[in-house]
Amino acid sequence: MNNKPLLTDGMALILSYTPYYAIVTHCLSGCAGNGCTVFSQRTFIIAGQLLMSDIIAARSGTSSVRTLIGEAQSRIGDRVFYALCVLASVVILATIAGILFQLVSSSQLSIAKFGFGFLTGSTWDPVMEEYGARPFIYGTVVSSLMGLALALPLSIGIAVFLVEVAGLNVRTIASFLVETLAAIPSVVYGVWGVFVMVPFIQEKVGMPLAEKFGESIPLFAGPAVGPSLLSAAVILAIMIIPIITSITRDVMLAIPMSQREAAFALGSTKWEAIKIVIANARWGILGGIILGLGRALGETMAVTLVIGNSPYINSSILQPSYTMASVIANEFTEATSDMYLSALIEVGLVLLITTFVVNMLARFLVWSVTRRSIAGGRQ
Amino acid sequence: MQRHDDLIMTEEQTHSDNTSSTPPAETGVKKSDTGQHDAPTKSERLTVGNLGVAFSGNSAIRNITMSFRDGKATAIIGPSGCGKSTLLRALNRMHDIIPTAKVTGEILLDGENVMQMDAVTVRRRIGMVFQKPNPFPTMSIFDNAVAGLRFNGITKRSLLKEVAEESLMKSALWDEVKDRLKQPAMSLSGGQQQRLCIARALAVEPEILLMDEPTSALDPIATAKIEELIHELKTSYTIVIVTHNMQQAARVSDYTAFMYMGELVETGKTRSIFTNPTKKQTEDYITGRFG
Repeated sequence: MNNKPLLTDGMALILSYTPYYAIVTHCLSGCAGNGCTVFSQRTFIIAGQLLMSDIIAARSGTSSVRTLIGEAQSRIGDRVFYALCVLASVVILATIAGILFQLVSSSQLSIAKFGFGFLTGSTWDPVMEEYGARPFIYGTVVSSLMGLALALPLSIGIAVFLVEVAGLNVRTIASFLVETLAAIPSVVYGVWGVFVMVPFIQEKVGMPLAEKFGESIPLFAGPAVGPSLLSAAVILAIMIIPIITSITRDVMLAIPMSQREAAFALGSTKWEAIKIVIANARWGILGGIILGLGRALGETMAVTLVIGNSPYINSSILQPSYTMASVIANEFTEATSDMYLSALIEVGLVLLITTFVVNMLARFLVWSVTRRSIAGGRQ
Repeated sequence: MQRHDDLIMTEEQTHSDNTSSTPPAETGVKKSDTGQHDAPTKSERLTVGNLGVAFSGNSAIRNITMSFRDGKATAIIGPSGCGKSTLLRALNRMHDIIPTAKVTGEILLDGENVMQMDAVTVRRRIGMVFQKPNPFPTMSIFDNAVAGLRFNGITKRSLLKEVAEESLMKSALWDEVKDRLKQPAMSLSGGQQQRLCIARALAVEPEILLMDEPTSALDPIATAKIEELIHELKTSYTIVIVTHNMQQAARVSDYTAFMYMGELVETGKTRSIFTNPTKKQTEDYITGRFG
């Protein structure tokens, strides 16, 4: 895993939004270790060898018709397949490069004027043409991480239930229901959030928290308003649970029965056997986390409706906040001046980079935690 | 159908019991006499009575009645799909984890009904080694060796180290891994992994060791090492080994049971099963006429 080329890593990160690719990549890296690298290197080598042997075969021309036809077919197939694979990855890389280029070039005005101060400044004032994105970065990162923190234990719990506890019928039905959550459009979540969830959280969670701890812990400082970081985190959690759950479930199902048997045969309890399965599935679960985090960081509509859209950093999670995606969605149509537009596009650029950085950190975190247990650190 | 007293193995001629060196009898000797069978004796650790296992209502094994002797290796042989592994897995309640499996009949461990004991306790007392090496890939060699101890709540480091060394020595792996205990278990070769799995099973000090074709995934050298190991282990453990390989059964076991189509055809001393089978089916199988 350590010597996986940067390219694959980077692509997997960028493509966090593209579930299929990411699942495949993570499953490969999870199950086969260095399989990815080996595979791609081999492909190159094999492709080279095929060309060479073609030339040799053409020169000697001694093979029987049957073998020639067979070989020719498989070689053409191989080459077409190889070309298609390369093309597919080039398309993806080109798209990312294109987006990056566009974002950078369109935000030149704002980059030139504010420089690094764009990231640290916390004033967002279109009238005075002064733009700082710090509140949005804070809102995006904190709401996503809070959403992930809420969703991860639940998702793993659901996946464990589906794989290790539930019977086949229950698993099928419950899996379907969980995955249906992923198919609900985010605006529907947002509307439900505004009318049902936000009042509930304000009354049943926010107010009691603010009353009890508001004075002593700044995290819960009141007064508890409805649209808040907490509301956004809860709605994000609901939205990423199906992603993390279904990936964790699939990876756990792929862990061979022999691992559970090995644990049971040593006199483990069910829970201890499940821990073995989870340890085996850790790379797949990481894949699920990265996909879920990607979704949470970029989520726009539902969050915009419940987060309160207030561009100030507040230490309390019961206060409104604002995310990068929300500010772009809310203000893009109103951005009349060139500088305003440029600043919003720069927010988009920062969002892309943030997604990168957060995913990278998540990877590093899980890697450094699991590495110790692999190396026998408990000894 | 089989007579009950045919199924009970005897303890006759213990002094001439070094069947380990018994050559596999390839010559189809006609059955001559079966009059050596005696009543069961005290040395039977594990007995099964009228055991049956069914998966989703389809019977896999039925009417199995036999016993396994203390300090001896018993081989279960028979063609593929005859229920050898199913029988073995019934002994330590491994069928519990398969929802569709149903086990009937009785299994007695020192007179106690295994089916009514706590499954975790049963599996601690009856260890198991599987067909394919299945070390825990997320753990180091050391952690694998003591995984069973940790499952059972032992965390004292000095004890873990001691047991790890002891069981790795028993499984003849210590010399190869003593300098790399912290490396991942998957860095070992297949044969080493299987010996690690044996060490892992031995570390919890089971009374009985079940081995489900432990060498079928290994090369001849690793196989020889593991067979040697079985020889050493059977002085202190009761061993039940399922094998496809009749030469292996002849080499390592003191007693042999032959199964066919989910039923127990014949059990007895390995030497007499191989040289003097009482049933036609056994003879046909041993002489290679089918299976």
